[in-house]
Amino acid sequence: MATTLLEVENLTVRFPRLAAVQDLSFSVGVGETLAIVGESGSGKSITALALMRLVPPPGRITGGSIRFDGRELTALPDAAMRKVRGAEIAMIFQEPMTSLNPVLTIGRQIGETVRLHEGVSRRIARARAIELLDLVRIPEPHRRVDDYPHQLSGGMRQRVMIAMAVICRPKLLIADEPTTALDVTIQAQVLALLDNLRRELSMGLLLITHDLGIVGQWADRVVVMYASRKVEEGSPDAILDAPWHPYTQGLMAASPRHAGDLHYRRTPLVEIPGSITSAFGETGCPFVPRCALAEARCREVVPPPLSLGDHLVACVRHDPFKEAADVALAG
Amino acid sequence: MSNGTRVLKALRRSTLQAIPTLGVILVLNFFLLRLAPGDAAEVMAGEQGVATEESMAAMRKLFGLDIPVLDQFVAYINNLLHFSLGYSPRYGMQVEDLIAQRLPGSILLMGVALVFALGIGIFIGTVMARYVGRLPDRILSVVSLVFYSVPGFWIGLMMVVLFSVTLGWLPSGSDQTIGADYSGLEWLWDRVSHLILPALSLSLVFIAIYARLTRASMLESQGQDYVRTAAAKGLSPRAITFRHVLRNALLPVTTMAGLHFGTLLGGAVVVETVFSWPGLGRLAFESIMRRDFNVLLGILLLSSILVMIANVITDLVQAWLDPRIEVR
Repeated sequence: MATTLLEVENLTVRFPRLAAVQDLSFSVGVGETLAIVGESGSGKSITALALMRLVPPPGRITGGSIRFDGRELTALPDAAMRKVRGAEIAMIFQEPMTSLNPVLTIGRQIGETVRLHEGVSRRIARARAIELLDLVRIPEPHRRVDDYPHQLSGGMRQRVMIAMAVICRPKLLIADEPTTALDVTIQAQVLALLDNLRRELSMGLLLITHDLGIVGQWADRVVVMYASRKVEEGSPDAILDAPWHPYTQGLMAASPRHAGDLHYRRTPLVEIPGSITSAFGETGCPFVPRCALAEARCREVVPPPLSLGDHLVACVRHDPFKEAADVALAG
Repeated sequence: MSNGTRVLKALRRSTLQAIPTLGVILVLNFFLLRLAPGDAAEVMAGEQGVATEESMAAMRKLFGLDIPVLDQFVAYINNLLHFSLGYSPRYGMQVEDLIAQRLPGSILLMGVALVFALGIGIFIGTVMARYVGRLPDRILSVVSLVFYSVPGFWIGLMMVVLFSVTLGWLPSGSDQTIGADYSGLEWLWDRVSHLILPALSLSLVFIAIYARLTRASMLESQGQDYVRTAAAKGLSPRAITFRHVLRNALLPVTTMAGLHFGTLLGGAVVVETVFSWPGLGRLAFESIMRRDFNVLLGILLLSSILVMIANVITDLVQAWLDPRIEVR
């Protein structure tokens, strides 16, 4: 793996009545794409905001460290943190419809970032904005630069958001569900664009999604989150083809497969029973209330992460070493 | 579509819509006023204490009150088409000249009051929104509630007591020192010092309204996704407030300010009377008491036109502030 760009250790984000993120550790290398996968409420979006130190109050980061490019972000003063945002770590949000200011032209909104961080004139900022619109493949950038957000389609707005994010050549780009609000054909285009930009600008990319279809194609590594914790981490192949954690296994089983019974007429689509809210107040493994394989010891402590190679899982029923040994013995 | 063409389109639409409105206003004004009991001749006779049937008839003939109402209306419209608002026997001059004398005073008073209301109101609202739930917000909330609930003329009178009578800082009435022959800066200060109290008491209610409105709509804008985007770009809280939140929050305020223009005219009647300000409001009040219908009709017509102009300006400002407003 390339040099580490971002190293998150034991990150914890708390709101008054619950912990949104607990003991989360992961890292992103230079030029690497890390996908964080999880259902709504698993804490993945709050993780993204925590990296920018933009957790909405009353929530706040209560523990852990975020080391980015040799600096500890949790200890940075506000003014220094503002210099990181937009310039070194940039972010794309889920809703391109509402994430752009409706009363300012897109040119001004894109140029605003570069004017702020590089102190260039309005004219140069505008020229850069046109350049970036061209880079994200918006046709007729000279004309489009004076458009307002409501004059653009959803896919174009997300491209504008991307242009806005990469204009200062950030080292890390966080994309929080960048394609959720878009239709499928546009999704692929936007993801391909993000991947190209990552390579051209050698950015680290943190892709937050609940769409497992995206993961296999675009990610270098995958972190699976459930109820504020990381439950599994590994290469996309390992996660998609041979998941270890019962939650990940359930997710894979619940993903529609187009082979065979296309519309699930004969067999029902598998689902994971219950909902993520059942994890609230659980002392042991948060997945216990929904887990078919749960045992008494699962309720006792939060399972510590165990790893074999680069595949990591947090489940007491799973001992990668033992299994590897079994496989070796059997073979 | 560029900003300029959008604004021009808004201007054309508003102007076209104003024409039928004006016609309806003319008819309503004229006939509603005839419903008031008494006429100018009776009031004059009452003031003089003695009047014979003959002198009353002569006065009515002079004022044009002896012909049927419909004929009076035709004559009035005929006058209007010749750009004349009629003659006021009471003041012994053409109504348009009389109004032209008083109009600048009223426009000045209302303009300054509106600037006070918007400037101070938006400022207070912004402060309240930035410190929401904390001490500055609580104090300013109480203050704006007081401004809102106490009538403007009463606060005006109290300010006269404090600043004119007790402290002697500001004059208590009129629009300039009578008989003084100032020039340059002295003249300017004389005019300004006469303007402060009436403009302030006229604007207090509106300051309160705009402050509450700005606070509410800023709080709403602050929760929007584009504010989070702005924060993610690295903008400071101040830049976020002024560049992204305030502009969106001002949209409802401009709408209200446009609607309030008519209310402001009504308020001017009271405030001009309290501060003996030589403006249209006081002229209107006096004309009602004297049943001087020509003057009153002229003022009403002019006020309607002013309100319509204010609406057009509001539309233009809206179209300029909010690119989403499509003009059909």
